[in-house]
Amino acid sequence: MVIDDLNAIAEKEQAARKKTVIRCCMAAGCMSSNSEGVKKNLEQAVKDAGLGDEVEVRGVGCMKLCCEGPLVSVDTQETLYEKVTPEDALELINTLKGGKTEVKRGDLNHPFFKKQLSIVLANSGEIDPERIEAYIAAEGYQALHHVLREMTPKAVVESMVKSGLRGRGGAGFPTGLKWGTVAKTQSAQKYVICNADEGDPGAFMDRSVLESDPHSVLEGMAIAAYAVGATQGFIYVRAEYPLAIKRLQTAIKQAKQLGLLGSGVFESPFNFNIDIRIGAGAFVCGEETALMASVEGKRGTPRPRPPFPAESGLWDCPTLINNVETFANVPPILRKGAEWFAGIGTEKSKGTKVFALAGKITNTGLIEVPMGTPLRQIIEEMGGGAPDGGKVKAVQTGGPSGGCIPADALDTPVDYDSLTKLGSIMGSGGMIVMDETTRMVDVARYFMEFCVDESCGKCVPCRAGTVQMLHLLEKILNRQATARDLAKLEELCEMVKNTSLCGLGQTAPNPTLSTLRFFRNEYEALLQPDPYGASGNGGAKEAGLVTK
Amino acid sequence: MSPAVPVGSKKAAVEQHASGDKRFKILEAHMKKYQYRQDALIEVLHKAQELFGYLEDDLLLFVAYRLKLPASRVYGVATFYHFFTLKPQGKHTCVVCLGTACYVKGSAKVLEAVEAKAKIKAGETTPDNQLSLLTARCIGACGIAPAVVYDGTVTPRQTPETALEHVKGWVPNGN
Repeated sequence: MVIDDLNAIAEKEQAARKKTVIRCCMAAGCMSSNSEGVKKNLEQAVKDAGLGDEVEVRGVGCMKLCCEGPLVSVDTQETLYEKVTPEDALELINTLKGGKTEVKRGDLNHPFFKKQLSIVLANSGEIDPERIEAYIAAEGYQALHHVLREMTPKAVVESMVKSGLRGRGGAGFPTGLKWGTVAKTQSAQKYVICNADEGDPGAFMDRSVLESDPHSVLEGMAIAAYAVGATQGFIYVRAEYPLAIKRLQTAIKQAKQLGLLGSGVFESPFNFNIDIRIGAGAFVCGEETALMASVEGKRGTPRPRPPFPAESGLWDCPTLINNVETFANVPPILRKGAEWFAGIGTEKSKGTKVFALAGKITNTGLIEVPMGTPLRQIIEEMGGGAPDGGKVKAVQTGGPSGGCIPADALDTPVDYDSLTKLGSIMGSGGMIVMDETTRMVDVARYFMEFCVDESCGKCVPCRAGTVQMLHLLEKILNRQATARDLAKLEELCEMVKNTSLCGLGQTAPNPTLSTLRFFRNEYEALLQPDPYGASGNGGAKEAGLVTK
Repeated sequence: MSPAVPVGSKKAAVEQHASGDKRFKILEAHMKKYQYRQDALIEVLHKAQELFGYLEDDLLLFVAYRLKLPASRVYGVATFYHFFTLKPQGKHTCVVCLGTACYVKGSAKVLEAVEAKAKIKAGETTPDNQLSLLTARCIGACGIAPAVVYDGTVTPRQTPETALEHVKGWVPNGN
C-alpha cells in the first residue's frame, strides 16, 4: 500500500457514488427498533422500483437523534424520517418519484443539529462503518500516511501539544504531554491502549464512535504508536457492546488486509498490530491501572501510582492509555493542523466534546459541541428541555464520579475547569437530565449503591466506606436519620475521597457531596428530630426543619 | 484435533472429560488460537461461558490446567467480573438495564414488576429454570430508555406492562 493505492481506492469509491443516497441508521439504538428490517425493505423497494442504478441504500453509523429511531435520511430531499417501520419503506421510495408519505419528518434545521460541530462524529451517520473504502474516501488514513512519511515522532508529539487536546475520558490530562512522556522512555517494548470500557451508566458516546467510525480510532492509535514508538496496541472494550466489538473486528481485519496495520505500514519500517480485549463487566476497569491488570488476564484491581503507566504499565512496559474519543480526535488534528484545532473551544479546553444526552429530556441522543458551550444551550435549545411540560431540575454529568448541576447554574460553559468548580466533572460525556419528579437523595443513593457494587475491595476506605455511606443514605431516605447521621455522612464523604487508592473511591462521594451542596434542603426535609435534644448540630437542624 | 499440543497433556484433558463433550474441543481450539497464553484467561472464560452457559468448577479447573494457571487465579478472575456466572442460567434471560438514564425513566418499576410476577429477585432464576432475571449497569442504549434485553434482544421504551407481556410465557402461571 502506497499513497497512490490509497487515493485510487478513494477515487473509485467516489466514482461509484450513486445519485441518491438513502442512509439508514445501523447503530445499536436504532437496531433495537428494527432498523435492519427497514434497511432490508428499503433495498428491496429500490430494486422493485428499478432504481438500483440511481439509488444507494447505505447502512450508516449513529445519526444522533436516538430517541426518534429508526432514522432514515434521503440526501436529495435533505430530509430525516423518524420512527420508520419496515412497512414504510415502499412509501419512502415512492417519494423519490414524487409520491407522498405520512412518515414523521424531523427538522434538520433544529438547533439539535444546527448547533453541532462535528469533528469526532464527522463520519458518523455518513459512511458505512463496515467498509474501509468508505472511510478512505472520507480522507481516512491520509493523516497516518502524512505522519509516517513526512513527520518525525517528535514532531507528531509537538503537534499534539500545540493542539491543546486533553484526554476525553474524564480527567482531562493533556494528551500531548502524555504522549511525550511515553515517547521519552527508553524501552524495547511499548504499548498503546485504547480505553473503550465506557462504564459510566448513561454514557454511550464511545459506543457510538466505535460503531459508527471504528477506523478513525484505529488510525488515531496507529499515529500514537508511531509517535511514542509502540508496536502493539490493545482496545479494551466492554462485553456489553457486542456490535462495537464486531465492527472493530471487521475494521482491524480490513486494515490489515490493505496493509494499513501490521508490518511495514505504507511500506515504511513502522509495524503496528491491534488486538481487542473484551471486558467482563467491571466498572473499575475503566481506571487505567485496573484496565491494564485486566488486559493481562487478571482481576481488575488498581495499584498505586506512581509509577504511572507512561513509565511502567502493561507488563511493566511504558504504556500509553487514551480514551476512544481522544484517539478519534487525532486524525483530524494531523490532517487539518494543530492550529485549526486549537482555534476551537476555550482557552484551556480545546476542540469539541461529544455528549450523550439522556434522561428526562425531549431530544435524547448524541451531540458534539465546541468546548465552552453553555449548558443551557445544550439542554434547552438543543435538547428541547424536559418533555411533557416538565421542568429541568438538575443535570448529572460524569456518572458515578461526577455530580449534579442545578438548573440555576445552567449558564455555566461546559469545559473541564468550570464543571470542576461546580463540584462535578466533565467525565466521559454522559449527561442525564433530571426533572422535578427526581428525588436527589435517591439519586445519591443510586450512585452510592453502584459504587458499593463496583468497588473492587482492594482498599478499605472504598470497600467499607461506600457501604457505610449507603447505609446512611438509606437511613435518611427511610426517615430514620437525624442531623447527626447527616454530619457523619459528610465526614465519611471527605474521608473516602481523601484516602481511597484509585479514582473510583476518590470520586464515589461526589454525587452525594454535590447533591448535598445544591439540594441540602431535600436531605434536611427527611431528617428526624434528634432524640437526644438540641445539643450540638442537631438542635440547629431541628430549628431549620421547623421553619419549613 | 490439535497436534501441536503435547501428547501427555492432551491425554490428561481427554481423561478429565471422558464424556467426549465436543464443547471442550471447541474451547481447546480457542485456547490454542491464543497460544495458551495466560493473559488470554478472560477471553477463554468468555468462550467457555458462551459454550456452556455458565462456569462450573469442573470447567474452571479445566481452563486452569490448560493455561497452566493456579485454580485460585482462575476462580478469582471468574468471580471478580460480573459478566461471568458460576450458576446455571434459566432457559430465557431478562436483563433490565439500571443505568442512570433508564433509572430516572422508571426501570426500577419495570424490574419490580417482573420480580413480583416471577417471584424471584434480580440475579435469580425461577425454580423451573425457565427465566433468569438479571440487571445491567448500562447497556449504552440510553437514547431509548428504559431498555430491557430479552434473550439477547434489546427492546426499547419498556413499561411494567410491556415487560410483563414479554415474560408472560416464561414464568410459572404467567397467564
